[in-house]
Amino acid sequence: MKHPPIDAPADAKMRAVGLSVQYGEKVAVNEVSLSLLSNEVLAFIGPSGCGKSTFLRTLNRMNDSIEGVKVKGSVELDGEDIYAADVDPVLVRRRVGMVFQKSNPFPKSIFENVAYGLRIAGVRDRGILAEKVERALTQAALWDEVKDRLDESGLGLSGGQQQRLCIARALAVEPEVLLMDEPASALDPIATAKIEELISELRKTLSIAIVTHSMQQAARISQRTGFFYMGKLVELDDTTTIFTKPNERATEDYITGRFG
Amino acid sequence: MSPYARRLFKDRLVAAACLGAALLAVAPLVAVLGHIAVQGVSGMSLALVADVARPDAIDGGAATGGLAHAFAGTGLIVGIACLLGVPLGVAAGVYLAELGDGRLGQAVRFSADVLAGVPSILIGVTVYALVVIPMRGPSALAGGIALGIMMLPTVARTTEALLRLVPDSLREASLALGMPKWRAVARVVLRTAAPGVATGVLVAIARVAGETAALLFTAGDSNAMPESLTEPTASVTVKIYEYALSPSPVRHAQAWAAALVLVAVILLLNITARAIVRPRASR
Repeated sequence: MKHPPIDAPADAKMRAVGLSVQYGEKVAVNEVSLSLLSNEVLAFIGPSGCGKSTFLRTLNRMNDSIEGVKVKGSVELDGEDIYAADVDPVLVRRRVGMVFQKSNPFPKSIFENVAYGLRIAGVRDRGILAEKVERALTQAALWDEVKDRLDESGLGLSGGQQQRLCIARALAVEPEVLLMDEPASALDPIATAKIEELISELRKTLSIAIVTHSMQQAARISQRTGFFYMGKLVELDDTTTIFTKPNERATEDYITGRFG
Repeated sequence: MSPYARRLFKDRLVAAACLGAALLAVAPLVAVLGHIAVQGVSGMSLALVADVARPDAIDGGAATGGLAHAFAGTGLIVGIACLLGVPLGVAAGVYLAELGDGRLGQAVRFSADVLAGVPSILIGVTVYALVVIPMRGPSALAGGIALGIMMLPTVARTTEALLRLVPDSLREASLALGMPKWRAVARVVLRTAAPGVATGVLVAIARVAGETAALLFTAGDSNAMPESLTEPTASVTVKIYEYALSPSPVRHAQAWAAALVLVAVILLLNITARAIVRPRASR
């Protein structure tokens, strides 16, 4: 099957070219090429096991720590290959942040959770820390709810608050790209709505790639949507096009609920 | 008897047999603790923990003295053992949990399990050959090395087990924030597992604090307070062994009392270890 043409405008924030990922013998992602534009929300949909999460994780080299994973092809961030031999994955991850499906705050205070990435990056000044923590929590729409209890454990928050705390934690280090792996799939509708609102707001300052199982969610928050199936990127287009008149039969079958 | 009544009868019979076996298994513990308590209380005195050995009537003296030097010696030896065993054991545990999935990890894990089963007298003999002979005599240092070796497998394996309990999502969260792996392990993973690791250390201490065989010819014996790491040093367990064999009833009483103190300390360590873990489990 031919893969879709690579649309790679000059201002693409990130670009994957012929990217394949193998777990041992199993090919999880097969020759995927696509680009993530500045200030866009790009959604990935597709049935479970189609490779969309694996692909997302290649964008900040999170698959590196998993044994037996082989990545072929290239991923560029501002035109530079992040898989080049002299690139430190740690530095890539400081520019490309990630929010996971299950909220995973550290067993520390709310303040420390958000300050963590800053401390790693070498920020010591208490004033700067406090200021950046407040800004990140405000960006994550959590500040008003937690400003009076920053010293309490992050584990004491509700599920939706914990996920926003994790988003604040990722935002605190001011990444250029944010990867979100089903960030709302474990949340109730109200918490989900808050996260979606937040994503639309965050788009003003960074690029977001999001994996979601909810097609309604993809339709609500993304400008472009890519449909993954069996490790391949079947189709990538404007979100409205994908959901109204997709080019590929497989995409149409999936979004109309004929499988998956 | 109806089939149902028969089944019910068998069911109760088996339950009763199991309960009986369980009680029988605990009985020796109760007997040991009870006996030590009864015998130990009569020999208990302030001098036991405050005074060093004085010649007993049987040796031509009148005072009873105490075993303060032996308690200090055990403390010293166990302290040295911790200095050696805890950092090495924790580091080995980190290796096993975070990096040790390959051949080498398997080998280390297997070795640790074998080491845990090596009779303590053999560890004592080995340390005797490798440390005591070159140093020309038993010492607190040699005793500490022997006990430190004994602590290693316990500390390493509990550390490994507890690090494996830390969810991968926390590791990923740290990595995704741009944390180098070693820092993620040290600052997030190890910190999260710290109470459990502390428990493992306490259990290891409790185990080696009651060790005798490994100390017999590594730490040696003495009747004075320890003053140097390189001199023969008394320990509670060796003293109990020595006094139990002595003909003097005064010494017997002291041995019982020392045993009571030792058991109390070990029990306290075990209880503390459990207390550290409990709030974690219920959280």
